[in-house]
Amino acid sequence: MGQPHWEHYSHPADMGIRGFGQTREEAFAQAALAMTAIVTHPAKIESRKSVAIVCEEDDDEMLFWYWLSAVLYEMDTRRMLFGRFDVRGVEGGLQATAWGEEVDAARHQPAVEVKAATYADLKVERDSKGMWIAQCIVDV
Amino acid sequence: MYAERLKRHSDCAWSIEAFGPMQVPVVVFADKPLIDAMDEQVYAQAAHVAALPGVVHASYAMPDAHWGYGFPIGGVAGFDAEQGGVISAGGVGFDIACGVRALTTSLTYDDVERCKDQLATMLAHRIPAGVGSRGKLELSPDEMDDMLRSGAHWAVSRGYGTEEDLARIEENGRMAGAEPRFVSDHAKQRQKDQVGTLGSGNHYLEVQRISAIYDGAIAEAFGLRLNDVVVMIHCGSRGLGHQVATDFLPRMVKAAKSEGIELPEKELACAPIKSDLGRQYFGAMNAGINCAVANRQVLTHLVRQVFCDILPSAEVKLLYDVSHNTCKVEEHLVDGKPRKLYIHRKGATRAFGPGHPALPADLQQTGQPVLIGGTMGTSSYILAGTRTGMELSFGSCCHGAGRAMSRKQATQRWHGKDVVMHLAQKGIVIKGASLRGVAEEAPGAYKDVTAVVDATEKAGLARKVARLEPLICVKG
Repeated sequence: MGQPHWEHYSHPADMGIRGFGQTREEAFAQAALAMTAIVTHPAKIESRKSVAIVCEEDDDEMLFWYWLSAVLYEMDTRRMLFGRFDVRGVEGGLQATAWGEEVDAARHQPAVEVKAATYADLKVERDSKGMWIAQCIVDV
Repeated sequence: MYAERLKRHSDCAWSIEAFGPMQVPVVVFADKPLIDAMDEQVYAQAAHVAALPGVVHASYAMPDAHWGYGFPIGGVAGFDAEQGGVISAGGVGFDIACGVRALTTSLTYDDVERCKDQLATMLAHRIPAGVGSRGKLELSPDEMDDMLRSGAHWAVSRGYGTEEDLARIEENGRMAGAEPRFVSDHAKQRQKDQVGTLGSGNHYLEVQRISAIYDGAIAEAFGLRLNDVVVMIHCGSRGLGHQVATDFLPRMVKAAKSEGIELPEKELACAPIKSDLGRQYFGAMNAGINCAVANRQVLTHLVRQVFCDILPSAEVKLLYDVSHNTCKVEEHLVDGKPRKLYIHRKGATRAFGPGHPALPADLQQTGQPVLIGGTMGTSSYILAGTRTGMELSFGSCCHGAGRAMSRKQATQRWHGKDVVMHLAQKGIVIKGASLRGVAEEAPGAYKDVTAVVDATEKAGLARKVARLEPLICVKG
């Protein structure tokens, strides 16, 4: 199986994010990195603080959407960018840790803020090689 | 499936007759070149809206319509609560009451040209913009609720602007029916220090020169003269609006399922207007509208301070403030009979015609000012609502240029530095927090706003009054 990674894909008005992982949780973490990369290059973010995130939901796709919405909430209210995510699946949802730092406009050169994760093109599935894919369009 | 069903009625009006689950036709206002360039998804999404319960007369797409989520961007639809009509969080969108306001300055192009760089630098310094920016205000919980109930009135009571401003905002700057108790703590937390911030993406503050007048009488009534300088602000309800939409979407998906409403896309999420959830969303969304107008009102105050410091002779007056992501209760004539409808405008501007009771006395003859933003390198327009538009589209028209390509494609094609240099050669000063952000918003990434506005006028939805060209653009 391939290595975990993320990508952006085109949408006429906004941006598609897609995470790939050997597990569902890894795909979720990679997709959150893809979301960060809309704002700035994840490699520019130092892991100075950690934030715990918990989401409860049984449906995979809705859980993914809640996960992205929770990350956005923490980014917005803490003025933080996250460059590393550890997602653990638990019964009825997930528990995660996000590492990052406060926005530094000069160093991060943030391009645009993400307003929200949408249901558009929302998918959590496994490809023919067994790789997990988690994706949706985000509103910018 | 949809494009081949499109029937031409006139140069700028097309329709798709109702078929399958559609209850009403789709009506598209656009000329042939705009139709040719329109994504088939626009028709599909407008057709999905035409199938929602209680939809009245037609599901409309404006000339700048493009592929959105659930509803098309540039989509307009009215629902009747008495006929089982719905209210849709997706039909309003994530940036509740995103909109535009225009300020006249009493200054000429020559006045501003002399100190353009200083003005640009000062505006960029004083207007909080971009990712992670904070406003000057931090609202206590009680003050947050006051702001959500009273909108621009709250801002004026805090010294941000004048009583005179209020008459030039839709609903006089205070949306009735706002219910802060239905806005979550998460949403309020996001907004705590975001009042008076511009945001990012396609939001901006522009100083513009009036480069053409099309209707002299209306222009005079609006206080617009050739070569005068105008300020336009484009932004919305910031984190609070985004969170309200995020909070209600999953609840509305579940509600639609339990009501047996078929949702071809989850983003069509809706609830009956006459349900607890529908009423709660309406109350929270109205609070979001107040948040957006309060935000633009505080920004206006910051603009006035900058002009006062650099060009003290300036008299900065609010021409008008429009919101283009809303659901509002309005009375419209349907088949000759007045009906109270919940009009969703997603990326569409209200454009009330002359004589409408919602307009202040001094705009009764002209119709409502309609503010259409362009890009940082092209024109913006000021139009006026028409009586014909009231009959054609529930008094609605376009809202902007609409993107022609994705952000990813734009950054592959342009570099931010080149965009800034190219615009500098045209005499436009760009102040952006990020060069990648500037590249994503490059003028070439958008459709031709002039074509959109011309089609809007030809269709009869609004009348062209003035064209504006950018001098300074502050991007988030």
